[in-house]
Amino acid sequence: MTLIFNRRQVLAYSAAAAAVLSGTIKPAAAANDSAELIKKFTGGKTPQQGRVKLDLPEIAENGNTVPMTVVVESPMTEQSYVSDVMVVADGNPNGGVVTFHFSPASGVAEANTRIRLATSQDIIAVAKMNDGSFFMASKPVKVTIGGCGG
Amino acid sequence: MFSRRDFLQLAAATAAVLPQTSVRAFAQQRLTQADLLKFNALGNVTLMHIADVHGTLTPVYFREPSVNLGVGDVKGLPPHINGKTFLTRYGIPEKSAAAYALTFEDFEALAKTYGRIGGLDRAAAVLKAVRSERGEDKVLFLDGGDTWQGSLGANRSKGQDMVDCFKLLKPDAMTGHWEFTYGEKRVKEIIDGLGFPFLALNIRDTEWQEPVFEAFKLFDKGGVKVAVLGQAFPYTPVANPRWLMPKWSFGIREDEVRATVDKARKAGAQLVVLLSHNGFDVDRKLAARVAGIDVILTSHTHDALPEAVKVGKTLLIASGSQGKFISRLDLDVRDGAVKDFRYKLIPLFADVIQPDPEMKAAIEKARAPYATELARVVGRTDSLLYRRGNFNGTFDDLICSALIKERDAEIALSPGFRWGASVLPNSAITVEDIHSATAITYPNAYRMTMSGERLKEILEDVADNLFNPDPYYQQGGDMVRCGGLGYTIDIAKPQGQRISGMTFLKTGKAIEPKRDYTVAGWASVNEGTEGPPIWDVVERYIAREKVVMVAPNTSVKIVGA
Repeated sequence: MTLIFNRRQVLAYSAAAAAVLSGTIKPAAAANDSAELIKKFTGGKTPQQGRVKLDLPEIAENGNTVPMTVVVESPMTEQSYVSDVMVVADGNPNGGVVTFHFSPASGVAEANTRIRLATSQDIIAVAKMNDGSFFMASKPVKVTIGGCGG
Repeated sequence: MFSRRDFLQLAAATAAVLPQTSVRAFAQQRLTQADLLKFNALGNVTLMHIADVHGTLTPVYFREPSVNLGVGDVKGLPPHINGKTFLTRYGIPEKSAAAYALTFEDFEALAKTYGRIGGLDRAAAVLKAVRSERGEDKVLFLDGGDTWQGSLGANRSKGQDMVDCFKLLKPDAMTGHWEFTYGEKRVKEIIDGLGFPFLALNIRDTEWQEPVFEAFKLFDKGGVKVAVLGQAFPYTPVANPRWLMPKWSFGIREDEVRATVDKARKAGAQLVVLLSHNGFDVDRKLAARVAGIDVILTSHTHDALPEAVKVGKTLLIASGSQGKFISRLDLDVRDGAVKDFRYKLIPLFADVIQPDPEMKAAIEKARAPYATELARVVGRTDSLLYRRGNFNGTFDDLICSALIKERDAEIALSPGFRWGASVLPNSAITVEDIHSATAITYPNAYRMTMSGERLKEILEDVADNLFNPDPYYQQGGDMVRCGGLGYTIDIAKPQGQRISGMTFLKTGKAIEPKRDYTVAGWASVNEGTEGPPIWDVVERYIAREKVVMVAPNTSVKIVGA
C-alpha cells in the first residue's frame, strides 16, 4: 500500500490505529510488546538515531486522540527512499500503533494521524530504508490528570 | 545594570525606618512619581509590557513567594530565588520599597509602610507619561494575557470590565490563557470588538489543525519594523477545562514558533518580539532552541524580575502579576539587530503615582454595579492571607478548612493557582477578597470519595507538572494545596517517586492506599462537576468563624531542593 497522506485520508487511518489500540488497560509500568515489534520490524538490526522526526505534543490535551506527525528525511528516489515507518507506543496495552508504507512515488515520507495513549509514555518511530538500513526517533508524551495550571 | 542603580536610588529614598505612625507618610513623601518613572531613554523603540493582571483594576497587597523552586538546569537561577537571596542577587537593600515590591521579606510590616501596589489607573498614568516622553510612534504596549479573569466583576461581566478598561490603555496586541475559560464563543465575540490583534501562533482547530488566531503582526516604531508574535498558554486545555474550548488545540509547537520567526524576518522584521504566555522556564528553553527572537516578554509564572535575563542574544523580561508592575524596555535597533537596551520594572506604588483620571472614572464605572457587594465585610483575619508559593499558602489553607467544614469532608484539595491578592492581618475580609482568590468560570465545589492510591496519583501528577526537569513538560501552576493531608515531597525524584509519608492529619495515621476518603475540592476540569460555587463555601465558613487565624502550614515537608 502506497499513500501520500492528506488530512482527510488521515481520519481513516486514525480509525485503523484506534482499532489496534483497543484492549484492556494494564498498569503504566508494565512493559508491552513494543521492543519485540521493533525487533521483528528490523530483523534484529539496531536502528540508528536520526533522519526521523516525530511531532507530538509534550503533554496530550486528550489521550484518546493525540495528533502525531512523522517525517523521514529522504530524497525519495528509486535509488534512495523510505519504504516503511512503524510507530509503537511503549506504555499502551499493546505496543503497535500504525505502520505507514511509502514508495518513491510518495514524493515525501511524511504522514500524520491521531493516536490513543493510555498513559504517559514514549512514542517510537522506526523507518526502514530501501537499502535495508533503519533509523529511529522517540518522544515522551505526558498524559496528565490536569487541572492545576496557574 | 541600570535597573539595579535605579532601584538603589529608590531604596535610598526610602530606607530609613521610623516609628510606625510616621513611617508611611515619610516613605510616601520621599518616594516620588518622578523616582518611579525616572528613565534615561535609549535607542529608537520602547516596549511596555504588562501581564497576569487577573481581573485586578484597583491597587492590591500581593506577597511574592517565599518558596519558588527551580529544578534541573535552572535550580537557583532567577526567578527561582526569593527573599534575602533575591535582594542580594539584585543589590536591593532590605526593607526598601523595591524589597517590598519584589520579595516576601518583612511583608506585613512593609505593607503598612508602602501601602498597596497597582491599579490600572496608575498603569495608565505611567503609560501616558512614557508615550508623551518618547513619542507614541516609538512605543509598543503589549499585554501578555491572563487579563480578563480573576475578580468578581470580571466573572460577572464575562471579562467585559477588563476589556473596557484595557481598551483605554490602547494595547498594540495581546495573547491569552484564562481568557479562553470564558468559552470559544465569548472569546471570539470579545476579539471581534477588541480593536487590536489577539495573537496566538500556537492554537489550531482540533479538526484540521488550521490556525485560529493571527500568529504575528508587524508594526513600524521609531523607523524600525517590529514583529510581535503571540504565544498563548500551551496547556490551557490541560490545566483548565477542555470542554470550554473543545475545538481549539494548543501546545508549545516549537517548530511553529521557528517558522513564524522566519516568516516575520522574511517580511522585513528588524526586531522580533515574542509576546508569550509560556511561563519563564519554558521561554528560557525556547530562547536557547529557536534562533532569531530578540525579546521574549514572559508571563504565566508571575515572576517579577528587576533585570532582563539574557539567553544567547534573546532578552527575557518578567513583569510580575496582579497589576503590580509595568515594564519598560528601551531598545536601540540598528541594521536589523539590537545594539543596546535599558530595562526597568516599574512598581506601581498606589500612594505615589497619581492615578490617570480617565481610567479612574472607567474603573469606578466598571465596579459600580457590584460596589456594595464587593465592599461587604464577611469576617476578619488575624493573620496574613496570601496564596503565591509552590506549596500551601494561608489563603488556600483557609479555603481548604472551609471545604472540610462546610462540605463535611476528610480531605480538601485546592488548585495551585498563582493569582489572588493578599489580605493583611487584623483587617476585614470582604467579598472582593474572597473572589480575588476564587473567581473562575468552573467554580463548583465537588465532594467525592477518593482512595489513598488515587490521592497519591494526583499529588504525583501535579508535582510533575511543576518539577519535571524538562520545562516543556511543566504547566506552570503551583502544587495542589491539601487540607487534612500531609506529605513529604522530594522534588528531585522522577514522577511516581516524589511523594512519600502521606498522612491523614485527623488521625495522624498513614494514608491507606485502599481506603476511600471523602474529598472536597474545586476547579475540577471535568464537565458537569456538581456543588456550590467555591466563593459561597468560603464565605459561609468565614461568616461562621467571624475571625480567622491561619497558622503556618507545617504538613508539607520538602526535600531535594
